Amino acid sequence: MREFHYRRPARVSDALALLGTDPGARPLAGGTNLVDLMKTGVERPALLVDLRDLPLDRIEATPDGGLRIGATATNSDLAAHPDVRRRYPALAQAVLAGASGQVRIMATVGGNLLQRTRCGYFTAPATTTACNKRAPGSGCAAIAGEHRNHAVLGATEHCVAVHPSDMAVALTAFDATVTYETADGTGELPLAGLYRPVGGTPHLETALPTGALITGVVLPPAPVAAASRYRKVRERASYAFAIGSLAAALDVRDGTVRDVRLAFGAVASHPWRARRAERALTGGPADATAFAAAADAELAAARPLPHNGHKLPLLRTLAVAVLTELAQEAAR
Amino acid sequence: MTAPTSSVITLHINGEPHTLTVDHRTTLLDALRERLGLTGTKKGCDHGQCGACTVLLDGRRALACLQLAVATEGRAVTTVEGVADGDRLHPVQQAFLELDGYQCGYCTPGQICSALAVLEEHAAGWPSAVTADLRPEAGPPALTDDEIRERMSGNLCRCAAYPAIVRAVARAAQERPGESGTVAA
Ligand SMILES: Cc1cc2nc3c(=O)[nH]c(=O)nc-3n(C[C@H](O)[C@H](O)[C@H](O)COP(=O)(O)OP(=O)(O)OC[C@H]3O[C@@H](n4cnc5c(N)ncnc54)[C@H](O)[C@@H]3O)c2cc1C
Ligand code: SF4
Ligand code: FES
Ligand code: FES
Repeated sequence: MREFHYRRPARVSDALALLGTDPGARPLAGGTNLVDLMKTGVERPALLVDLRDLPLDRIEATPDGGLRIGATATNSDLAAHPDVRRRYPALAQAVLAGASGQVRIMATVGGNLLQRTRCGYFTAPATTTACNKRAPGSGCAAIAGEHRNHAVLGATEHCVAVHPSDMAVALTAFDATVTYETADGTGELPLAGLYRPVGGTPHLETALPTGALITGVVLPPAPVAAASRYRKVRERASYAFAIGSLAAALDVRDGTVRDVRLAFGAVASHPWRARRAERALTGGPADATAFAAAADAELAAARPLPHNGHKLPLLRTLAVAVLTELAQEAAR
Repeated sequence: MTAPTSSVITLHINGEPHTLTVDHRTTLLDALRERLGLTGTKKGCDHGQCGACTVLLDGRRALACLQLAVATEGRAVTTVEGVADGDRLHPVQQAFLELDGYQCGYCTPGQICSALAVLEEHAAGWPSAVTADLRPEAGPPALTDDEIRERMSGNLCRCAAYPAIVRAVARAAQERPGESGTVAA
């Protein structure tokens, strides 16, 4: 591990000044991803700016009926929050489906959004293999190698890694906005716009300006989210990353879909909002045939690799199962 | 004068202050084991994947292998060495002992610290991934074996002493003050 300086500012302005002046500075939140990657040499910050003392950990209802979640709120506090459990249950479920109790208590919302991929070539201690994300221009070892859990949507020949967050999938389904600050002022991005398309530059992952600090996430009011669910398929029952996951919300009246939200996880370099499927369903019947057709419409753009084609039937089955459950519950 | 990549810090561990100079790269786990002689906390994977290094930070469980020592200043650390009340074992420890909640014992300090926190989290009403009804009105779910398995899933056991670990946590849950004893298996 490279040697580094450490600061723990008490004010956001002081943190921004530190992040804005030293190009080697990185925010330290829970450290559950950053410290891990520093141990393997993937991350080599010169200065860690510890966010622990900043007043950014509140979770509060907004006047319009949405929710404002501070960037340093922990994953476990988010999942336990009464408003999240009542109004955005899929978000609570997504967070609870991630990692372990210990990790969730340490991990923060901002850090969860910016965690790096778990692609084994990227996280490996030695840089002997090609990885464009780690060494731009070196190639991508995963494409001809181990890629069982890599992307089926939106990838390019430069990188096929997936974003591993569960939480971000539910936030994407509910149209969350990310707020940030730099030494020059404040800004915001729709969560869907936080992650840059892979293109030919997989090492450039976010649209945040240099030196930016995520201050929070804002969820707009979404009555449909009250009937929502997150389901994650993994290789063991708990404490494992997703092979595929789905956040879904459904508003059905008299058998007709009034509103629907769908986002897939572990399929692309960012959470995948399934807008094509949403459009196919809205205004139509809420039955298994329609759910399957909508999933197929979304997955028509998929380009599976030789060893991850299993994700497609898995995602289709997941969509049909979860939407059918939500439709049945609505009919009760 | 200390080099700028190290700091003099005071760690509060099991109620005792310890002042030491740490290279910023030092994890809490290495500070405990290598610098302070508190070897109860174990190193399994060193990457957040096994739970052997679980300690309590301000009463909540955390992985000491991913926690930098310098970032632990001002927080109360409880390690397995601080769980008993003198010679009197904590009910969670007693349950592990009586129900054989281990074989080689390597994962046990982490299991015990984790179990202590699981009981607190459950009492505070925190749901888990297997909780069927998340609505806060539904109240805390019964601490069934499935709930215990899910909540303890961050602690791996190479000896696979899992059935006895679940029994030990269930026993300790039943013995909580005010517990009717009808919940656990
Ligand atoms: C064993 C294990 C299993 C896991 N399983 C899952 C899983 O199943 N599902 C899942 O979703 N996640 C999983 N995770 C990942 C975990 O959720 C993330 O590591 C965690 O959410 C990161 O949050 P953190 O606060 O610890 O971030 P850190 O590690 O502190 O930071 C991560 C990155 O974000 C940056 N950062 C942090 N906060 C800010 C901010 N406010 N503004 C700007 N930049 C910021 C940091 O500089 C760093 O680059 C797992 C992790 C481990 C170790
Ligand atoms: S998939 Fe992306 S992260 Fe993995 S080896 Fe290829 S370029 Fe690197
Ligand atoms: S040693 Fe910390 S989780 Fe394995
Ligand atoms: S008792 Fe041996 S690892 Fe758990």
